[in-house]
Amino acid sequence: MDRISRMLSGIEKDRSNMIKALQLVQDEEGYISDESISLIAKYFSVSPVDVEGVVSFYTQFKRNKPGKYQISVCDGTACHIKGSTLVKEWIREEIGISDNETDREGLFSLQTVACLGCCSLAPVISINGKVYGKLDRKSLIKILKKYKRGDIV
Amino acid sequence: MIKRIKVGTASCGVAAGAEEVFNYFKENVKDIEIVRVGCIGHCYAEPIVEVETENESVFYSRVKANDEYLKAILSLDNKFRHQFPESRKQKECIKVTRLSGRIIPTSIDEYMENEGYEALKKALRLKPEEIVEEVKRSGLRGRGGAGFPTGLKWSFLAAKDSPEKIMICNGDEGDPGAFMDRSLMESVPHQILEGMLIGAYATGATKLFIYVRAEYPLAIKHLKEAIKQIEERELNVLNGRKVPIIIKEGAGAFVCGEETAMIHSLEGGRGNPRYRPPFPTDRGYKGYPTAINNVETFANIPIVIREGGDSFARIGTENSKGTKLFALAGDLKYTGLIEIPMGITIGQIVYEVGGAEPGSVKAVQIGGPSGGCIPEEHFDAPVDYDSLNKLGAIMGSGGLIVIGKDRCMVETARYFLDFTARESCGKCTFCRIGTKRMLEVLERITHGLGTEEDIAFLEDLGEKVKKGSLCGLGQTAPNPVLSTLRYFRDEYVNHVVNKKCDALVCNALVDIYIDREKCIECGLCIRTCPVGAISEDYVIDSEVCTRCNSCIEVCPKKAISRIARENKSGQS
Repeated sequence: MDRISRMLSGIEKDRSNMIKALQLVQDEEGYISDESISLIAKYFSVSPVDVEGVVSFYTQFKRNKPGKYQISVCDGTACHIKGSTLVKEWIREEIGISDNETDREGLFSLQTVACLGCCSLAPVISINGKVYGKLDRKSLIKILKKYKRGDIV
Repeated sequence: MIKRIKVGTASCGVAAGAEEVFNYFKENVKDIEIVRVGCIGHCYAEPIVEVETENESVFYSRVKANDEYLKAILSLDNKFRHQFPESRKQKECIKVTRLSGRIIPTSIDEYMENEGYEALKKALRLKPEEIVEEVKRSGLRGRGGAGFPTGLKWSFLAAKDSPEKIMICNGDEGDPGAFMDRSLMESVPHQILEGMLIGAYATGATKLFIYVRAEYPLAIKHLKEAIKQIEERELNVLNGRKVPIIIKEGAGAFVCGEETAMIHSLEGGRGNPRYRPPFPTDRGYKGYPTAINNVETFANIPIVIREGGDSFARIGTENSKGTKLFALAGDLKYTGLIEIPMGITIGQIVYEVGGAEPGSVKAVQIGGPSGGCIPEEHFDAPVDYDSLNKLGAIMGSGGLIVIGKDRCMVETARYFLDFTARESCGKCTFCRIGTKRMLEVLERITHGLGTEEDIAFLEDLGEKVKKGSLCGLGQTAPNPVLSTLRYFRDEYVNHVVNKKCDALVCNALVDIYIDREKCIECGLCIRTCPVGAISEDYVIDSEVCTRCNSCIEVCPKKAISRIARENKSGQS
């Protein structure tokens, strides 16, 4: 049994479970590799291109290995008018990465997301799922520095 | 006597620090029960703590995890007590969110103590067709955006003779700026599930799906726990027929909020919409008849059944019944989740419920990327499905963003189009390429390189994209552009003719300026500037400057500001 089949054991081999399977694999490995795609295709008895098609359609799925801390900058409407573009600029200044990039140490990666649903605290970001709101440059940099130093794990 | 202490730990509350408050209280208070609840809608005041005593509830806002707050709360001190804004209280009409933030979201017992599942019990004593009739009589229309009558949709599904019938709850709240459904799923999952079970009984649905955005982990967790409790008590056994409830997580595609796209996504494929007819009630999930309703619609159902359709229909206007939730955010004081009766005016929402400063507001954006901007002069329009359509906006799912005087409408339109252009699934040419072309033109305009012909081009192409697209995404994608062109044309003209952005938002039309009268030469800006654009004698090189505002933020004397760029040629 290959590693994907082990990971997916218990999931019915019905195509309607493919997105769930991809989510499981990504949870486990952080991204969807070429190898995972062919193994998932085998599992559901579909062609790899079918799986690739689904992966490329949904923004949730990543094809590159992300950093230890995944920063999601919310660019929902409220965050946008409250300066999410600046937030991204500040992050770029502080750790030198733009959208969909990972820094050289593999510590941070950055992505823009449509809306985290915390509009009344705009602008917000989340780092590995923890949401930080009402950001200005100072508070943002303070948060990033904490992660850099390893104060927050 | 304090009975228990409730800490609001929905996503907004957590982001504001409610988790720390909860843990601190839990550690330091031993003899009083401390529980997590959902969202009471007053997000501006998070973290919020409610103290239940024998005869009243006392609220504390902006609570911090320290001894000072804890002492004040335990002694029911007036200090830090939250005063709910009077004008908001008067205008709101709390029905659907009655229990939101007041009960433990994942406690079925507490839900039942508060009339929970009574509607289901009542429904099971009626005939299925009587329930459909009741929902029809209530005038309830779909809360997801388009406003299709719920009772009618149910009657279509009920009339189908099929071995499998599917009912789906649409919790794929993809509009940026909307969080009503998240809040309901996190705070009152049982209320939504009760609505779904009533729907399953009324229509004969054999399987229930909830499609939730993966970005809402807390909502998924609460729904899962609630479903487990339902199964333990066999509440999903409807007249001897067991109906499974299955959660499906979305994977971050806005178009999956469209019903045919959602069905494809549930089937495990790419979320491309398809042509209708056949409508999902004829051919849906795996070919079976399928009805899709929004989270908020389902949350209304227990109220309809408990109170009766006629009573429900007493609130609202002729064609829009009941209450509506809005996620109120942007440039105003009382951001949060509001519930208002249909028919109150936009102005009442903005100023009385939201507490926006009179004179500070330019427009509201309703309905997200599919909606439009409504200017202040139309704030007397009532909030109902038809009036909003007439103004070029839509009810949408209920995101309501207040746009202040210092925002640029061209940039706002560009923002929405950037979103829809990225989210277009690529199936229809006009949506795939048309939105991209419109976006390019808007980018040109915000960079000061637009021409007057560009404005006419946007209008023309916008109409064509609407007509040439198969699903709601393309059909409504031009709305933010067309509605701002309708009401804020002068801003577009100002950008293309005078090369000016009066709101000082569009970077290419703005310079950063240091007022030497106010400057104390402290050097903070020079040290802060990430690109080294500020010289030792405090002059900013506008070719190097990225207009990131870092210097403005750090200046202790507020001597630095954005000003209109003099150079008329613009910059790319």
